[in-house]
Amino acid sequence: MPTLTASRPLPAEASRPIDTIPITLTVNGSVRRLQVEPWTTLLDLLRDKLDLTGTKKGCDHGQCGACTVLIDGRRINSCLTLAVVRDGCAITTIEGMATGADLHPLQAAFIEHDAFQCGYCTPGQICSAQGLINEGRATSRDDVRELMSGNLCRCGAYTNITDAVMDVLQAEPAR
Amino acid sequence: MGNQMKVGIGTAISRVDGREKVTGAARYAAEYVVPDMLYGVIVSSAIAKGSITAIDEDAARSVPGIVEILSHKNRPGEAWFDRSYKDELNIPGTPFKALHDSTILFSGQPVAVVLGKTFEAARYAASLVAITYQEEAHNIDFAVSLAEKFLPKKKRNTYHPPKTRGEPDKAFDAAALQLHEEYHLATEHHNPMEMHASTVEWHGDGRITVYDKTQGSQGVQAYIASGFGFSKKDVRVVNAYVGGGFGSGLRPQYQTQLAVLAAKKTKRSVRVVMTRQQMFTHAHRPECTYSIKLGAETTGMFTSIYGDATTSTSRFENNMEDIVTWGMMNYASPNAGGEYTVAPRDTYTSADMRAPGAATGMTLFEIAVDEMAYKAKVDPLEFRTINYSEIDAMNELPFTSKALREAYREGAKAFGWSRRTPEPRSMTDGRELVGWGVATGMWDAQFSKTSASAKLSANGHLEVACATSDIGTGTYTVMTQVAADTLGLSITQITAKLGDSDLPTAPVEGGSWGAASSGAAVQLACQAVGKKLFKAAKGLEGDPFGAANFDDVEFVDGHMKLKGSDVAGVPLTTIMRSSGENSIEAEETASSGISGMISMMKKARNTHSAVFVEVKVDEDLNVVRVTRVVNAVAAGRIINPKTARSQILGGVVMGIGMALHEETFADVKLGRWMNHDYAEYHVPANADIYDIEVLFVDEPDPEVTPLGVKGLGEIGIVGTAAAVANAIYHATGKRVRSLPITIDKLLELEK
Ligand code: FES
Ligand code: FES
Repeated sequence: MPTLTASRPLPAEASRPIDTIPITLTVNGSVRRLQVEPWTTLLDLLRDKLDLTGTKKGCDHGQCGACTVLIDGRRINSCLTLAVVRDGCAITTIEGMATGADLHPLQAAFIEHDAFQCGYCTPGQICSAQGLINEGRATSRDDVRELMSGNLCRCGAYTNITDAVMDVLQAEPAR
Repeated sequence: MGNQMKVGIGTAISRVDGREKVTGAARYAAEYVVPDMLYGVIVSSAIAKGSITAIDEDAARSVPGIVEILSHKNRPGEAWFDRSYKDELNIPGTPFKALHDSTILFSGQPVAVVLGKTFEAARYAASLVAITYQEEAHNIDFAVSLAEKFLPKKKRNTYHPPKTRGEPDKAFDAAALQLHEEYHLATEHHNPMEMHASTVEWHGDGRITVYDKTQGSQGVQAYIASGFGFSKKDVRVVNAYVGGGFGSGLRPQYQTQLAVLAAKKTKRSVRVVMTRQQMFTHAHRPECTYSIKLGAETTGMFTSIYGDATTSTSRFENNMEDIVTWGMMNYASPNAGGEYTVAPRDTYTSADMRAPGAATGMTLFEIAVDEMAYKAKVDPLEFRTINYSEIDAMNELPFTSKALREAYREGAKAFGWSRRTPEPRSMTDGRELVGWGVATGMWDAQFSKTSASAKLSANGHLEVACATSDIGTGTYTVMTQVAADTLGLSITQITAKLGDSDLPTAPVEGGSWGAASSGAAVQLACQAVGKKLFKAAKGLEGDPFGAANFDDVEFVDGHMKLKGSDVAGVPLTTIMRSSGENSIEAEETASSGISGMISMMKKARNTHSAVFVEVKVDEDLNVVRVTRVVNAVAAGRIINPKTARSQILGGVVMGIGMALHEETFADVKLGRWMNHDYAEYHVPANADIYDIEVLFVDEPDPEVTPLGVKGLGEIGIVGTAAAVANAIYHATGKRVRSLPITIDKLLELEK
């Protein structure tokens, strides 16, 4: 069998220090002025730099939805966006959903319907559900099932997740 | 007296850890803040077999922020003997030791860890580590590996060899109806949502705290101590929240080894998190081929059952499962037998994944049963009752309880089975074919020695604790409910602690024994606290309990009272006050004891289920939808119907994945898994799941475990994929014997 060599020429920029870029984000209502390296994703910024670990990493590749947050009310995979690109944006994470001690209706509905087991996909599911409600497209169970399919749940809590989202969706004033 | 809501055993309360989980406050292994921590990124082997001849780290080390690169060349010393790396599962063979030497045993094997001050720098530098390998011939093709199949001399201690009864060969040859087919299950990967991660906190005084993704904190503690030169008391392992396991966290995974080695090397705190791709480089459900021979009379009565199965393992360990025994245990047949072997390939060792053995063996067998029912022209549900066995037919032992008949009956009623027309392709809905299928599930009801403590404070707050894990199984809630039930307290008066090696001894969480075992231990500890309270109550003014014995009192609504009395009794806080103690505590161990051990030899203990499935098939596209599932489960006493139902739902969803989606493909040329991410390895998404109904049939069983609980973590998956396969046959007339049933396999049968 042959010898397998990974030949990788030293990239010229490898040893160059990374410059940081100043950005301003409104995270869960508070304004944060940050110095961010351009290669940092929004997900890693939230988890590693801002200690908002409620936002989860399940794949880092936009395939699971665990990292879903709301940017200016729209749901996005925070692993797929660089933090610097979001300069000036308002970001809501799971930590910003409740109002003081009062849970957000989706949070309460998830507990009531036991819409999780291990809880690891849950913050992403809840943020995604809020994004779905904001979009105003879903009216039926089938819509919810389809439009929540970007959020995997390996524990298989789907039927309960759909029940919880339907509860809140139906309680929403008609648009 | 407070008018409290009932919260004890049997009540569908919401998960007590729900608030932490929905607010993002629950912290998982990679989420603990540890000062001055290094981020470790794993470099994976590009070859499947051979050795490392050179590592060029220059480029990687020149990246600003890189502190160290760890490989076999510079790792700190570790224990010499293989036995030092044995974990609780004790798989026969040589356990994998990360960065041990230059040998490559499988593709994706960790070969280096790059440690940086930021995750981004470490990730970039990891991409610059250049490794030269000497490659050797390898094989990860299961079909090819079958040429080397064998029965290991040293068996895994959970393995049960098939016990032959009668003369299965002879009876098969003489049978009026014969079936002889090959069944197959693809390799599957557990893929819990949380990737395996370890955060090692280096305290600097010889102690470490390891926040680890594991199903057993004390197993990891013992493993780190024996393998990596720590004294056990200096290692604390915490797994308060675990983002799913399904068996992938039963054994310490290699990220734990890497994080501990890196912390030792740098004398700093280190976090190592696998990537999703790296989640495909360790535990997986073995691939299986299963040849089934069935003989029956024209009435459908089995005369012979024979199975011959092989599952995949690695070249360095012999993982074994019980495959052929399930059908032999579940069905009455005068003649039955089986054979089992493992086939080694150049991968990581296969592992227990949700209902290991049964999810494969029982499921594939249930497809064969369906085929025989059609041969006998008997309704598939009726066929199963014709061959019903009141006893464990292989071990010839009565069950502590078996309400499978009731599960068949109640499941069929809820599903509407009587409206089924028997002929394949006879039911339609618009342009879709409709199929209804049934299958049986079976799993072990296990119990494992477990300790727990209970501590009642002067203010009436109770803390119960046990080193068990809650991997989504609802253990926090079960412990809380059992405590509430035993001492008559409300949920808000109780804190349950688990997931910490410092707590009272518990085994790794798996095999569905968690609720039965930790529940029993909590009950004993709370009863012991109750007895101490009763003693303390003797000192109360006016001696309200007089000559009563402990058996004469009960705990209700935060009070101790005489049984049957209308008087509310005395608040526990009053008793605490008069005792003068700040707290009353007790630690107890639940074990099966002598009588339990005798009962275990004399009786079989199992959970059973009847799974009914409706599929709709678009024949133009061969797209299959599982539109309805009813799973009727007989699992003894249910502590919490709400979380119990979720366990079954989860099992059913994974069973649907097994039936239609999940398959890890081997790139036999490169010797690695091809579809190693969530985009290419399909797990069911929300849109794949329609209606699932879960029924628990009444099955009182005081004998099976102290609480009468049988456990629910696995039974939901067993048989589900068979019910789907059988429904697809009923819809289309196409019999697919290899799971998952993907579109291409249905297309193939069209020709
Ligand atoms: S972590 Fe972003 S989609 Fe999976
Ligand atoms: S609750 Fe565990 S992955 Fe969804």
